[in-house]
Amino acid sequence: MELLSGNEAIAQGAWAAGATIGAAYPGTPSTEAMEAFAKLPEVYAGWCVNEKVALEVGVGASAAGARAFVSCKHVGLNVAADPLFTAAYTGVNGGLVMLVADDPGMYSSQNEQDSHYYAAAAHVPMLDPSDSQEAQDMTADAYELSERFDVPVLIRSTVRISHTRTPVEPAERATPPEHPYESDPAKWVMMPAFAKPRRKVQLERIGALEAWVETCPYNQVIEGTSAVGVICSGAVFQHVREALPDASVFKLGVTWPLPKERLRTFAASVDTLYVIEEASTYLHDAVAALGIVVDSTPCSLPRDGELNPSLIRAAFGEAAPAHHMPADDVPARPPALCPGCPHRLVFKELSRLKAIVCGDIGCYTLGALPPLSCMDACVCMGASVSMAHGFELALASKGHRPVVGVIGDSTFAHSGLSSLLSTAYNRGGGTICVLDNRTTAMTGRQGNPFNGTTLQERPSREMDIEGIVASLGIEDVSVVDPNDMQAVRSALKAATSETDTLSVIVFRRPCVLIDRVRSKPYLITSCTGCGVCLTLGCPAIGKHADTGLSYIDMDACIGCGQCAQYCRFNAIEVAE
Amino acid sequence: MSNKVFLCGVGGQGTILAAHVLAQTALRCGKHVKVSEIHGMSQRGGAVVTDVVFGDEVASMVCGPGIADIVISFELIEALRNLPMLREGGHLIVSDELIKPASVLTGRNPVPADLVGRLQAAGATIVPARATAVEAGNAKASNMVMLGALSAILNFEEGAWIDTVSAFVPPKTVEANIDAFRAGRAFFAEKGAAL
Repeated sequence: MELLSGNEAIAQGAWAAGATIGAAYPGTPSTEAMEAFAKLPEVYAGWCVNEKVALEVGVGASAAGARAFVSCKHVGLNVAADPLFTAAYTGVNGGLVMLVADDPGMYSSQNEQDSHYYAAAAHVPMLDPSDSQEAQDMTADAYELSERFDVPVLIRSTVRISHTRTPVEPAERATPPEHPYESDPAKWVMMPAFAKPRRKVQLERIGALEAWVETCPYNQVIEGTSAVGVICSGAVFQHVREALPDASVFKLGVTWPLPKERLRTFAASVDTLYVIEEASTYLHDAVAALGIVVDSTPCSLPRDGELNPSLIRAAFGEAAPAHHMPADDVPARPPALCPGCPHRLVFKELSRLKAIVCGDIGCYTLGALPPLSCMDACVCMGASVSMAHGFELALASKGHRPVVGVIGDSTFAHSGLSSLLSTAYNRGGGTICVLDNRTTAMTGRQGNPFNGTTLQERPSREMDIEGIVASLGIEDVSVVDPNDMQAVRSALKAATSETDTLSVIVFRRPCVLIDRVRSKPYLITSCTGCGVCLTLGCPAIGKHADTGLSYIDMDACIGCGQCAQYCRFNAIEVAE
Repeated sequence: MSNKVFLCGVGGQGTILAAHVLAQTALRCGKHVKVSEIHGMSQRGGAVVTDVVFGDEVASMVCGPGIADIVISFELIEALRNLPMLREGGHLIVSDELIKPASVLTGRNPVPADLVGRLQAAGATIVPARATAVEAGNAKASNMVMLGALSAILNFEEGAWIDTVSAFVPPKTVEANIDAFRAGRAFFAEKGAAL
């Protein structure tokens, strides 16, 4: 037995089923699935620029006859929704399985949408593993399912499945059936004349899947008392087993389509029936739509966030065991930009400029937190550039603060580039800052087109951001060292003084976590207590509570020298 | 019946490695085990929590208020934050390390008053983790000191612990990590808060 995370187990399952092609864009909590797949023998695995591209690579590989594996986080499936809905018409040739990892509780996401709705809307089967062994086995079986029913299959996990290690007997690799490529436009060219018959194929397939799911062993009844019945899936099943050990439980391993008859039989076998799920009413509504009466728990379950056994016990009126009350004087500990982070001074200077900052998804979203507090909006991948365009349009006739979009290199490749193309095409104004730290930092430093490294270290090339931007006809393009305060300040001042023209500044310096190079640390010698260094929000700089004077934690300082440039009294020096 | 251990600390302190060694030891000793980690944003110096649940049968992978049999904190403020997870009569093991969050560093919030005293009143054994690790020859091995202290409570053979520590720490640091582990184990055996 090995302790594998859900993500590792899903990768193992895909590999065991003979998948040879993997494509993904990183996103917590899904990232390690493709990283683990990439390490297995005899596979191609690569990062794509976004989830739509990744799924399309998967669809192409499937059409050509390979078993393909695609992974993304829940919001990534929004991006990949376009190919998903039509791949549900074309179906597959080689099996096509996609992991979508949800984040109820929003540990590292901008929303907690439930991917079950995608399965139901696109009419693609969805499997919900409840531990790593199931994650592996269901994923492996999903390929056979995909080929048998000629449909892509979704594996739905959550952070407590993807990031929980449980014992797994790793599966050996099987040789899948051959699916040689044969040209078949009526199946693969989804123009109306061919899509209409494929729509009918899809509808027939729904019937076949509904028949299959009634006997699928992944749906299981755990017999308990007839007084209480619970329908649940995934990680919630584990919480329910612990919180309500006597209850009868219908564990859904397949969450679309639902086994209607089995659910009705189960409902009839219990006196009260509850549906327990996280941050969603998908299962509740789907079960209720079968004409099954779903009871309300004696006390309400939270409608948002993660569940755990304690919340479920509380919903059934059971008080929590004795415990200490939360102390009210514990300071929060949010994540922060690292000491030496090359994003820091850009936000410091944007804050001085009092710019309207449209942010984006990545480490630099932390620029929104105090003391930098320098972000007006952050919605989704790539939105910084297009929202800045919207701000410019709406504020054009009014005197307004400079509008600046801030986006990382990987996010720029993901979808910021198409936003910029649109702004340039429409002759929009404003300033776009590309924070090029040479990596996809937040998800663990993956490769992207602008650092030219790939998942399996295959040869690639570093794409040229400023060359691409210049090719759009944007004349005001500059490259600036973000650790040079004066350079950052004057570049931003110059770019934002012309509101009608579109300016792009590429702030280029590697993430400090790539090479972890440290220079001699700094120290503060003759502090006056002005506090300017503290406004940088560097975790290595603190203030003595008694004297009000600043100090540098020399263990944490990496010697970037950012703070020294802000000290008017030259009190910050390299420690000798 | 399962045992629930709640590990907490600050990103970069090695809590996840410690949780992994604990889980592997439990697995080696024939237990079912689940380890739930929170990644992502928490890696940037934020609070980190890991749940390790083991036993003959394990269902949920997470703890809740008053559920954890053991809370082991690698940092003082995080211990206070997560004190509600501890069950009545459970063990509380806390490193004496203090890592100030940003709002404390910049003077917007004070360090909670009488931090150590309040934790001791809740039954904490305060472990001088870093000093012990330095003495054992590797300042970075304070996570293994904490794990050693934890091992003194749990019913696994010392040999199983040593085997898993050896297997999961970087090869060049095995000796220093084992020394740190043994020092933590000895410390708790001698000074651990009696229940």
